Amino acid sequence: MAFLEFFVRFLPDLLSGMGMTLLLTAEGVLAGFILGLAATLARTYAGRFWRNLAIAYIELFRGTPLLVQVFLLYYGLPGLGITLSREWSAFLALGLNSGAYQAEYLRGSILAIGEGQMLAARAIGMSKWKAVFYIILPQALRLAIPAWANEPVSLLKATSVVFLIAVPELMTRAKLIASRTYDPISSYLAVAILYLVLVYLVDFVLKWLERRTRLPGLSAVGEH
Amino acid sequence: MTETPYILQAKNLTKIYGDNVIFKDICLDVHKGETIVIIGPSGTGKSTLLRCLNLLTPVNNGQIFLEGQEITAPSVDADQVRQKIGMVFQNFLLFNHLTALGNVMVGLTKVKKMSPDQARRKALHELERVGLADRANHYPAQLSGGQQQRVAIARALAMDPLIMLFDEPTSALDPELIGEVLGVMEQLAREHMTMLVVTHEMGFAREVADRIIFMEKGRIVEQGSPEDLFEHPQHPRTREFLGKISELYGKKEKK
Repeated sequence: MAFLEFFVRFLPDLLSGMGMTLLLTAEGVLAGFILGLAATLARTYAGRFWRNLAIAYIELFRGTPLLVQVFLLYYGLPGLGITLSREWSAFLALGLNSGAYQAEYLRGSILAIGEGQMLAARAIGMSKWKAVFYIILPQALRLAIPAWANEPVSLLKATSVVFLIAVPELMTRAKLIASRTYDPISSYLAVAILYLVLVYLVDFVLKWLERRTRLPGLSAVGEH
Repeated sequence: MTETPYILQAKNLTKIYGDNVIFKDICLDVHKGETIVIIGPSGTGKSTLLRCLNLLTPVNNGQIFLEGQEITAPSVDADQVRQKIGMVFQNFLLFNHLTALGNVMVGLTKVKKMSPDQARRKALHELERVGLADRANHYPAQLSGGQQQRVAIARALAMDPLIMLFDEPTSALDPELIGEVLGVMEQLAREHMTMLVVTHEMGFAREVADRIIFMEKGRIVEQGSPEDLFEHPQHPRTREFLGKISELYGKKEKK
């Protein structure tokens, strides 16, 4: 089968691109998590200045396309005297973008935990921030996992836009292979398969995480 | 520090939400070891009063003193004060991600900075006090409502409070689970814990309270010993309320 031969022949090349894709995804999810957590805590619990700053950040990065953010960082910042490498531009744009979405996922579950838990924590003498870290977050993060699990998957696929600033990730490799072999169908099909495998892997890890953190007595599939 | 016979004293407390006066000019003296039951129709500010007393909600006017020291003063660290005032809520509000033991321990380790070993020993002791040592490793979702409320009482007791506030502790419970919670509270009263209890359980009020306060529309209408209030209510509204509530609850509470 011609495609299989093609696939095997270019697999090493594609795999090195896959490495970059995974790296960008992992960095983006991690940076986005830290940013998103900070933004959502600021929005929910901090004073007015920090709250407004967090809201502005979230609205700005959810309200504009990822590609525009990538271009602004890579082509725009040099105009202000800041020049970032392709990889850094990609990493920053993905992290900032993902952070805005993750903030919203986390906020949803923090609100779902409710005022009651905060009240009970304050009633035994915890400060607001102690209550947030010891009582609210351990529950909110668990609760967020199923919805939040969309984010790594969606970011993984979104990393493909950074081929437009020629970061050597999966999509960039595919584009190169396509122009070298004049076989765009096989190239992009191969890439599609690899994305599918990656998404499946990420999903698998997240499902495991969800099971590991489930609280006894609260699961839908009863364990008593 | 001035010597005072009162654990808790409230002077002219007023709470207003918008145009809504929740309560006005409430004065309250709680003696050491006293069990006070606050009764009255819903929406008369009883729960809000409890939340104001441990500074979970600010009052608009008035002063609160804990062992003679004003806790409504602006310089007071409210987190410090709340450690000394235990609170039990209508809907338990256990921390759902922690076991029964964890619920009782978390205040000791994170607020009182006790070592985990010491905290575990104390927490187990408090769970024993409410008869739940054998449920220490259960999560809230694995406990009945009555058990959850007893863990919540143990969690408050673990902080060694000067006074315990109970906000309708049995209102969210199935009838057959009310007894076990009231039993724990009776035992606390016998041990001379100072308690302020908002409840509709008239049987408990009659048998355990040293003093009953009848509140309506944000005011204390009448207060006195259970005999005074139940047998010779002075105010017509008190009579009316007690009449209605004993019609509703009377039979169930006969022992």
